[in-house]
Amino acid sequence: MEVLKIATAGSVDDGKSTLIGRLLYDTKSLTDDKLEAIERTSKQKGYDYLDFSLATDGLVAEREQGITIDVAHIYFSTATKSYIIADTPGHVEYTRNMVTGASTSQAAIILIDARKGVIEQTNRHFFINNLLRIKDVIVAINKMDLVNFSEDAYNDIKADFEELMGKRDYQDQKITFIPVSALKGDNVVNRSQNMDWYTGQTLLEHLEELDLQDIYNVGTPRFPVQYVIRPKTEEFHDFRGFAGKVYGGELSVGDEVVVLPSMTRSKIKAIYFYDTEYQTAPRRSSVTITLEDEVNVSRGDMLVKVGDLPIIDKQLTATISWMDSNQLTVGGKYVLQHGVNKTLAKVDAIDHKIHPDYSGIEENVSSLNMNDIAKVRLRLNKPIFYDRFKEHRTNGSFIIIDSRTNHTAGVGFIE
Amino acid sequence: MSTLAEEIKNPFTLTAPERPNANALEHEAIYILREVAAQFERPVLLFSGGKDSITLVRLAQKAFWPAKIPFPLMHIDTGHNFPETIEFRDKLVEELGVELIVRNVQDSIDQGKVVEETGKYASRNILQTTTLLDAIEEFKFDACIGGARRDEEKARAKERIFSVRDDFGQWDEKNQRPELFDMLNGQIEMGQNVRVFPISNWTELDVWSYIQKENIEIPSIYFAHKRNTFLRDGLIWSAEDGVVFRAEDEKVEERIVRFRTVGDMSCTAAVESYADTIDKVVSEIRDSKISERGARIDDKRSEAAMEKRKQQGYF
Ligand SMILES: Nc1nc2c(ncn2[C@@H]2O[C@H](COP(=O)(O)OP(=O)(O)O)[C@@H](O)[C@H]2O)c(=O)[nH]1
Ligand SMILES: [Mg+2]
Repeated sequence: MEVLKIATAGSVDDGKSTLIGRLLYDTKSLTDDKLEAIERTSKQKGYDYLDFSLATDGLVAEREQGITIDVAHIYFSTATKSYIIADTPGHVEYTRNMVTGASTSQAAIILIDARKGVIEQTNRHFFINNLLRIKDVIVAINKMDLVNFSEDAYNDIKADFEELMGKRDYQDQKITFIPVSALKGDNVVNRSQNMDWYTGQTLLEHLEELDLQDIYNVGTPRFPVQYVIRPKTEEFHDFRGFAGKVYGGELSVGDEVVVLPSMTRSKIKAIYFYDTEYQTAPRRSSVTITLEDEVNVSRGDMLVKVGDLPIIDKQLTATISWMDSNQLTVGGKYVLQHGVNKTLAKVDAIDHKIHPDYSGIEENVSSLNMNDIAKVRLRLNKPIFYDRFKEHRTNGSFIIIDSRTNHTAGVGFIE
Repeated sequence: MSTLAEEIKNPFTLTAPERPNANALEHEAIYILREVAAQFERPVLLFSGGKDSITLVRLAQKAFWPAKIPFPLMHIDTGHNFPETIEFRDKLVEELGVELIVRNVQDSIDQGKVVEETGKYASRNILQTTTLLDAIEEFKFDACIGGARRDEEKARAKERIFSVRDDFGQWDEKNQRPELFDMLNGQIEMGQNVRVFPISNWTELDVWSYIQKENIEIPSIYFAHKRNTFLRDGLIWSAEDGVVFRAEDEKVEERIVRFRTVGDMSCTAAVESYADTIDKVVSEIRDSKISERGARIDDKRSEAAMEKRKQQGYF
């Protein structure tokens, strides 16, 4: 069993923070002192109900303006799973935060205000979840209490959303619709007394039943070397261990591997986790690997299985989500960080930009602004070893660093 | 031979099924620690002697085995420590064979850089910041590894894993770098440094379950013991060692207590508890109705207390 990370998306005031607060409250995850603080503040503000968003909106500016500015991570657990929920801001100008929240999540909740239905923002949120290949998406139609818990209202919104789904390019995505009232608690953890017509699961029931093995995207094993361990002690005089995290698949002792970029072949001699030897290193384990032969391996190199080579190239096309206030420009030079491997990159061309309302594309663009999403061609100063994002979520993505500011300026998903 | 896959899936056969995931968190933390060692020239692990920093030390041992931990530990000593934690610290450092740096808040006071607080709520907790920033400058540390967790406090929930601080140690919470997938960007300018939080995604219960599973030794004050105490504002304070200011009408009584966090003595209250073994502590935390920081007066000063301290360079 594992941790399930969930990203939330919705426009301002659709009720994301309230929904998360409600999940915490109904699963009894709020401690007494936190509850008291919420009660106290709700009262001070003259509310006649508990404002659960107070449980998640942590920054002063957020409490003052009553909105979520930055991604907050909220933790709770049930008897079967641990959950980490990213409460992400909904404004257009925070598209980048949504991409960020989704990048570490395996499931997403898109909120829709039942009174407003599918709006431009919904389009954007769905697009981003699709782009990031989030496997399980829950469309929570919220504030059902404000539309008299009407089945027709729910069905209309569902039909509108299904129209969007026709346009997606990631067909494996599973989409589930749930009518909820975050404020009153209908169909969040407890079944609604007001919507007999809905026979599906509550939000929590759905999350509890998600098969986590299923939800992680499986690919071929990749082992980017983070750090070389050379103890230089009497006992471990000749020890040269390659420390890193296994992505995509598993690696076992005896596997024939190729070291990239040198293309040297060797065999896995041992796999250590701390002082214990293991036969197999599963996906997402942080292990130390030793090889049969003395080969030159350093940080940024990658071990892969013979016959399972990734693409090795100095040129690539990627969908880029730009996150910096300085524009990305054609001809611009950046640091590209692919996993733990860094190289220099030059922007050769911007093929097209996705329209901000996701209605289509815009050609002939020469620069990108913060929150833009576009298809970009890059040339690198040395080859990297990548897979297409569609086939490998980790080995198919990179970040772009602006070396003038050192900021993480964008993220790319390789075509 | 047990498979690592099984362990990742079912790490806590002893205490399952409450938090069965801590191993996934362990592998994430090890990945982060290795990134620190690889990306920075002068990292340091901030060691308070508390359970979170003890957990960090164990994770660092695992990350670099069979080599030694490739960075020193640093303790910013408020001088208001529980004596047990200092003994514990020195023993641990000796066992690990790593360098320990100690910098004292008392020195910052003596040098006139900070002024000791007075009165009922006097604490050296905030004064630590100055001592820490001076030490960072003195040793030119570019990465400081800390044991903060996002579940501790609302402002912490917004914290990045690599959190960039400027020359003044300040945290610009509105201008944080996005962290995508598990790629960590450690590029900084001269004078900047990064605070690193490898156990960001752990909860208090995760830490305790880990200590239980790994059989990690921790200072005795975490377990139920008899102590002379007094009550103030509904919290239990230690009346021993004379660190916490006590008014004459605040009556001393012996109680069976333990500590849930071990910060500066002057702002860490005890809780009544009979949990005198790690197993009992884990069950107590699991059933607890009060959050960990509920017993820390420094957060109660105002609702925005933590955020303000962080902006000023607090841990
Ligand atoms: N009537 C009703 N109000 C809700 C519901 N969910 C949220 N709200 C209210 O909508 C407002 C915005 O909620 P909030 O959680 O801050 O939205 P966020 O911006 O998406 O995080 C608050 O006043 C909530 O009390 C709901 O299900 N029903
Ligand atoms: Mg919100």
